[in-house]
Amino acid sequence: MDLPKFSLDAEILSQEQMAENVYRMTVHCPQIAGVAQPGTFVQMRLLGGDVLLRRPLGIAEAEREKGTLSFLYRVLGKGTAAFSRLRPGAQVNLLGPLGHGFCMDLHRPLLVGGGMGLSPLLFYARCMEKRADVLMGGRHAGEMFWTELFKPYVSKSYLATDDGSLGSKGFAVSLLPKLLEKGEYDAVIACGPEIMMERAAEMAKAAGIPCQVSLEKRMACGLGACLSCSVDASDGTRKKVCKDGPVFWAEEVFP
Amino acid sequence: MNGGLLKTELAGISMNTPVLTASGTFGFGEEFAEFVDLSLLGGVMVKGTTRKPRRGNAGVRIAETPSGMLNCIGLENPGVDVFLQETLPRLMPYHMNVIVNISGTTVEEYGVLAEMLDVPGVAAIELNVSCPNVKDGGIVFGTDPKAAASVVKAAKKWTKKPVILKLSPNVTDIVLMAKAVEAAGADAISLINTLLGMEIDIHTWRPTLGNITGGLSGPCVKPVALRMVWQVAQNVKVPVIGMGGIASWQDAVEFFLAGASAVAVGTANFVNPHAAMDIIRGLEAYLQEKKLGSIRELVGKMDCG
Ligand SMILES: Cc1cc2nc3c(=O)[nH]c(=O)nc-3n(C[C@H](O)[C@H](O)[C@H](O)COP(=O)(O)OP(=O)(O)OC[C@H]3O[C@@H](n4cnc5c(N)ncnc54)[C@H](O)[C@@H]3O)c2cc1C
Ligand SMILES: Cc1cc2nc3c(=O)[nH]c(=O)nc-3n(C[C@H](O)[C@H](O)[C@H](O)COP(=O)(O)O)c2cc1C
Repeated sequence: MDLPKFSLDAEILSQEQMAENVYRMTVHCPQIAGVAQPGTFVQMRLLGGDVLLRRPLGIAEAEREKGTLSFLYRVLGKGTAAFSRLRPGAQVNLLGPLGHGFCMDLHRPLLVGGGMGLSPLLFYARCMEKRADVLMGGRHAGEMFWTELFKPYVSKSYLATDDGSLGSKGFAVSLLPKLLEKGEYDAVIACGPEIMMERAAEMAKAAGIPCQVSLEKRMACGLGACLSCSVDASDGTRKKVCKDGPVFWAEEVFP
Repeated sequence: MNGGLLKTELAGISMNTPVLTASGTFGFGEEFAEFVDLSLLGGVMVKGTTRKPRRGNAGVRIAETPSGMLNCIGLENPGVDVFLQETLPRLMPYHMNVIVNISGTTVEEYGVLAEMLDVPGVAAIELNVSCPNVKDGGIVFGTDPKAAASVVKAAKKWTKKPVILKLSPNVTDIVLMAKAVEAAGADAISLINTLLGMEIDIHTWRPTLGNITGGLSGPCVKPVALRMVWQVAQNVKVPVIGMGGIASWQDAVEFFLAGASAVAVGTANFVNPHAAMDIIRGLEAYLQEKKLGSIRELVGKMDCG
């Protein structure tokens, strides 16, 4: 089902730095907050300035009562750098909610997220009201503010950092087979680097449970029109990450 | 809306407004239905359609540039059969002028596509002889006046629909191209397609785009597009559809003054999904303010003193 879409100016309520180059922006946008589903995203546009195209950002939090949306994003290039310089009171334009979100019809999902991929999983965890556990991967302890963010919404969290400065050392997915062993989970919901999601999908398959992944591709329109973000699907058709995704069942897009 | 003012006719196509949307930037129109009243547009030039489905280019397909973007989509599309069987019937309820942008690999293929698309529900066909992102054909027809003329003749022979030829800016003499396709029977000329460009990642020393080169569009190309529209409009009798970097009604007014009978909005749709609607409203207000009775009173009226 497609959600109604809006293109609106939204006021920035807060902008905080969470770690080096990582920010949380909260905006007032009741229309989008009212209908957004976990896994859907917005195309954020800078008003004025020298950035032309919108940038896709997953929705990290949507507070329906307050009418607010939050985004957690890493500064990579000119667009995200410009976002990080905006102060409360400034406006951005949001096009959204876009795409299809995660399956909500699960009893005990295990969330697997790496880096900024944890952002849409936060919204999902919150909607699951403690029924989900989360396995998190990050570069180093400095980036693991995520543990605090997830704590109120998940029942257990597991963690790995590339340098071992917090949690286990190495890739988060290496912990996955052990977590899936007990047969406690009914699905794996993954968002992060593609290689991480591919491995998570393989392990879920080996454990006999379904897996959803959220793909990331450069996109321009966000509406399925420009075909910047299309990918090959396993059945030989082409899928648009912005419109058919960004969330797919792993077997739809991974061989 | 005070109808009338913006109503126009171009190559036999009656249009509620002279504002169209450019091929490849607006899907099949339906993707934008929540933001644009499609029946108010002069037409939707739908995504480039080919005889067989195409998966397009591998790798990164877009990059932002100063005031613009590069793309190398590579004409990804489901092919004309799917367009006719599935897409076109779905578009009927929108009551819009569907202008099908077609690309062939041979002159004959343009004829075949033109004939297949000579069906109710198609308002016109636009010949894309200038897609810079496909290696087979495309650019060759777009840069050689004789080849472009033969493509027009092939299409005209097989369809009764108006035939619009879309010119590439990647030529030395745009007027020569325009005269050649007019002589071959084109009912209208649209320009410009994208300008060939590229970007290199200085950290990896690799091209940003999967296809190495891509087509430049957006505000940065507007001055070039405007100049070409002006040059062409003075030298042909057929109507010109101007496009290239149009993002506001003010931009559109410049194109009309340069000689365009209609304009098309491209990259701006990505920035603002209701850009075309905003342009329509702005044009109408401008005509009222200038006390003009029709958009036609603006066309080609640049005053060089
Ligand atoms: C559906 C979706 C949801 C996303 N959600 C988030 C999120 O919640 N938090 C977050 O930090 N990031 C998210 N991203 C990635 C984010 O959109 C990019 O990091 C951003 O567009 C980069 O823009 P820039 O101007 O800063 O970089 P640019 O100057 O455009 O490029 C800098 C670098 O970013 C890469 N890049 C450019 N565009 C994209 C893109 N669309 N996707 C991925 N990489 C890109 C380029 O390869 C380049 O190396 C998401 C992407 C998608 C497709
Ligand atoms: C992503 C993208 C895809 C395009 N695809 C096509 C196409 O399939 N056929 C075509 O004739 N032109 C295509 N174009 C060119 C546009 O129709 C238009 O001529 C050009 O972008 C200039 O207008 P603009 O600056 O307003 O975008 C494409 C442009 C973009 C940005």
